Amino acid sequence: MNEPSVVSKIPIIKLGRYLLVPIQVDMTDHMVGDLQTSVLEAIERTGAKGVLIDISVLEMVDSFIGRTLSGIARMAAIMDAAVVIVGMQPAVAITLVELGLEMKGIDYALNIENGMTLLNQRLREIDL
Amino acid sequence: MIAADHEEVLERVPLKAEIDIVHIRQLVRQRAKQYGMGLVDQTRITTAASEILRNMYVHADGGEATISAVSVQGRRGLLVTCQDQGPGIPDIQLAMQDGYSTADSLGCGLPGAGRLVDRLELASTVGRGTTVQLLKYLP
Repeated sequence: MNEPSVVSKIPIIKLGRYLLVPIQVDMTDHMVGDLQTSVLEAIERTGAKGVLIDISVLEMVDSFIGRTLSGIARMAAIMDAAVVIVGMQPAVAITLVELGLEMKGIDYALNIENGMTLLNQRLREIDL
Repeated sequence: MIAADHEEVLERVPLKAEIDIVHIRQLVRQRAKQYGMGLVDQTRITTAASEILRNMYVHADGGEATISAVSVQGRRGLLVTCQDQGPGIPDIQLAMQDGYSTADSLGCGLPGAGRLVDRLELASTVGRGTTVQLLKYLP
């Protein structure tokens, strides 16, 4: 594993062909915006084919955070990387649906391991 | 606005900087938990508050948030009041419509927040400011 690069206190860790982004803090809007830029820059720098964004610690995802995560996924897709959101808490999932937010372009997995399996499947499909 | 039979103010916090949105929504979560709300209801009122606080920060350059323990028509609840001296909302009905947004934010802010709580009340005077109240009953 490479040294994590810390931008706005959210680490982006290179794990083979993927990037792992464990969000460990309740983010300000500014940090959310910075995260978008730093993830896309890390994709460019590393040539990563997939990004796992771990939100298991997040107790709340509001429309701004949700919209930005969705934006990251759509932008990453243009850069040939798939984004998987992992570890969403049930209360957060319920709230997001009730809020009426559609997070387009994102795949979800229960945990990092499942997310990794999903990305592996994706890459195999492309290789075939 | 919501007429409470009884109101005990728990927190009164100014919203001046972006970080205050995070601080205030954490206070809402703490109080919701303290007053016995379940995890899903805690998340609902915290998320609703976050939406309204952001509106206040973006459109009115900040304001003040109050968290109160209330009794409304004999039912106990938690009331979050967000008050600003911003430009006000000219057409409240339009602002409450799903899909309407002035700040390119997909427009699920106000109506979305309303779906997460038991009552959302909005009062606004153009040129004077806006007050939004979120009420969630206790279990």
